[in-house]
Amino acid sequence: MSEALALPRARAPVGEALAGLLLTLPAGIAFLLMLLLPTLATVMLAFTDYELGMPGFAWIGFENFEEMLGDRGFRVALRNTIVYVCIVTPASIALGLGAALLIEAGSRGRALFRAMFFLPVVSLTVAMAAAWQYLLHPTIGPLNALLRRIGIAEPPFWLSSSDWVLTSLGAIGVWENLGYNMVLFLAGLTAIPRELYAAAEVDGAKRAFDRFRLVTWPLLGPTTLFVVTITLIRSVRVFDTVAVLTQGGPNKASEVLLHTMYREGFTFLRLGYSAAITLVFLAIVLGLVWLQTKALDRRVHYG
Amino acid sequence: MSRRNNRARAAGGGEVAGIAIAGVTKRFGAVTALAGVSLQVEAGEFVALVGPSGCGKTTLMRIVAGIESADAGRVVVGQRDVSGLRPADRDIAMVFQSYALYPHLTARQNIAVPLAMRRLSRAQLLPLIGRFLPGSRARLRAIAADVEQVAASLGLDALLDRRPGQLSGGQRQRVALARAIIRRPAAFLMDEPLSNLDAALRVQTRREIVAIHRSAGVATLYVTHDQTEALTMADRVAVMMAGEILQVATPEAIYADPQDLRVAGFIGSPRINMLPAEADAGGLLRVAGDPVGMLAPPGPLTLALRPEDLRPAEHGLAAISEGVEFLGESLLLHARHLASGTPVVLRLTPDAPRPAAGAMMRLGFDPARALLFDAAGKRVAARPSLRLVERALV
Repeated sequence: MSEALALPRARAPVGEALAGLLLTLPAGIAFLLMLLLPTLATVMLAFTDYELGMPGFAWIGFENFEEMLGDRGFRVALRNTIVYVCIVTPASIALGLGAALLIEAGSRGRALFRAMFFLPVVSLTVAMAAAWQYLLHPTIGPLNALLRRIGIAEPPFWLSSSDWVLTSLGAIGVWENLGYNMVLFLAGLTAIPRELYAAAEVDGAKRAFDRFRLVTWPLLGPTTLFVVTITLIRSVRVFDTVAVLTQGGPNKASEVLLHTMYREGFTFLRLGYSAAITLVFLAIVLGLVWLQTKALDRRVHYG
Repeated sequence: MSRRNNRARAAGGGEVAGIAIAGVTKRFGAVTALAGVSLQVEAGEFVALVGPSGCGKTTLMRIVAGIESADAGRVVVGQRDVSGLRPADRDIAMVFQSYALYPHLTARQNIAVPLAMRRLSRAQLLPLIGRFLPGSRARLRAIAADVEQVAASLGLDALLDRRPGQLSGGQRQRVALARAIIRRPAAFLMDEPLSNLDAALRVQTRREIVAIHRSAGVATLYVTHDQTEALTMADRVAVMMAGEILQVATPEAIYADPQDLRVAGFIGSPRINMLPAEADAGGLLRVAGDPVGMLAPPGPLTLALRPEDLRPAEHGLAAISEGVEFLGESLLLHARHLASGTPVVLRLTPDAPRPAAGAMMRLGFDPARALLFDAAGKRVAARPSLRLVERALV
C-alpha cells in the first residue's frame, strides 16, 4: 500500500537538505564574512610582524607571544584585567541577585525599579563615562564634596591615583553590569514554580533564608551559571570606560587587555602584535565558555 | 460501614476533630471563591472534597494549609485554632498535584526535608559546617533511619538516590507521599495527587493511599474532581460547587440519597436521568401529563432516576430507542423520552434484549427508587401511590 506514498518520501530528504542549505545561506555568509574570516585573519596576523602602512610582512612564528611574556605593559594589563574581573563579577552578580529578589518580593514600583537598574545597560557607556568623570572629579566632584563634608579631609583622587583607579573603574563596571544581571535573575525567578515555595512552607522552611536555600538558590542554578559566564566575559572585555576616563593611566595602573590591544594596533600600528594579544583575549573567553558548557552545565541542570 | 465504626471508636478516647473548617470565606476581587464554607474531618477520617474544576476546592485546601489566607472563618487542626499560623506551624503535611519535589535533591533528601527543617537548628542546617556541629551526627542519623523506614514501607528503597527527574510519575508521587507521612502530622492534605498518573497506575495508587491512610490513622482531606476517587477512597464525601459545600455524606448516601439536584447530577456515571415533572393540586405526580404512581407536594419538579433504576417495561413512559452501547459488564441503552424530548440512559444487563434504534418502547421504574427535586434543586419527599399506579398504568 505504501509504495505510492513511500516514493516521494524517499526523495524528500535531498530536496529538503537543499532547501535547508539555501535557507541557512544568508546566515552562513554573514557568519563567514563577519566572524570566521576576520578571526582567521587575526590568527594569521598574530604570527606576522605586519605593521599598518608597511609594504609587506614576514612570518615570525611565536615571536609576538615571546615578546608578550617579556612585555611589562602586557603583564600589567593582564594583572589589571584579572583584578577588574574579580571586583566586577562577584559584586555585580551579588547585587544583581539582591536587587532581583527585592523587586520580586515587593509589590509596588516594580517597573520603576527594574527600569532604574536597567538604565545603565541601555545607555551609552561613553556618554555615561563623562557623568562619572564629573562625579568622581577630585576637586569639583559631588562624591569628594560629600566625603569632605563628613570629615574626610583628603578624599582620594579616584581616577588619577594609581591606588584607586582600578577600584573606581570596578565600581563603574558594577554599576554597568548590575542591571543586566538583575534582569536575568528576574527572568530566572519567575520560572521557579510557586508550588515549590508552598511545599517549602509546609515542610517547615519558615524563614525567608531557609526558602532561599531550599528553593530559590538551587533552582536559579542554570540562571546563575549563565550570569556568571556572561559577566566574566563582559568584564574581561572592559574597554570604553578605560579609553574614555583614564587611557590606561596613571602610569599603566588601569591598563587592561583590550586597551593594550587597541594601543598596539591603532596607536602604534603594530597589527601583528595586537592580533597576538587578541588571541590571548579570545583564548580566555573561549576558556570561560568551555568551563560553562562542559564542567558546570551538568551540575546545575537537574533531571 | 464497619470501617467507619472502627474509626469512630478509635476516636472515642476524648480525641476530637482532625480538621475543622468553620465559615471560611474567600474573595478574589469581585469573585467569591468560597462562601462561608464549613467542613469537619474527624480524627482518623478520610474526607474527599469533590467538585468540578473551579469550584473552590483547591482554594479551600490551600487555606487549610495556610498557603492562602481566608477573608473570614477559622481553621482548626488537631484541636488547635491555626487560622493565623504559618503553614509550618499548623502540623499538617500536603501532597501537591504537581508533587512539588525539590528537583536538585535526591528522593532521600526530599523525604528528609520536613524532618531536617524541624529537628536541626539553624546552624546545623548550614551546608558543610552544619554536620560537624555538636549533636548533628546523632540527629542526622535518626533522620536517615526514619527516611529509610518510610521509604521501605512505600517500596522506594532502590530509588532513594535518584533525583525527581530520574523517576517516573508514579515514583515521584510516592516520594511526595513519603515526604508527607514521614513527620506524622495531625492532618494530611492531598490536592489531586492522582491526576498526573495514567489510568492503570491511578487505580493502584488509589488503594495504596487508602492503605497508607489506614495505617497512619491521620485525618485526611483529599481534593479531587474525579467522583470515582471520591467514592472509592473516602469515608465521607463532600460535594462542592460554586464555592459552597452542597452535601457531606458517606459515598453510599451521596449516591443513593443526594439532597441537591446538582449533587445527583455530578455523582454517578452515566449521569442521572432528569425528567421534568409536575404534581397537581391533589399531589399526584405527572410526567408530561401521565401519572407515574407517586405523590409529591404540588408544583413543578424534577424527577431523577439512576440509569440502573430505569428499565424497559410493558407500561410506562413512552420513549424511542436511540441505540445501545456495550460496556462488557453492562449494556447502556440510549433513548429519548417522547413527551419531553429528554434523552435518557438505561443501564441493563449485558444479555438484555437490544431494541433497534428508532423502535418505540416504554420505560418503567420503581417509584421507591425515584428522586424528586423542587424548582430550586432541593430534594423533595415523595411517596409511591400503589393504588394510583395501578389505575394509571393499566
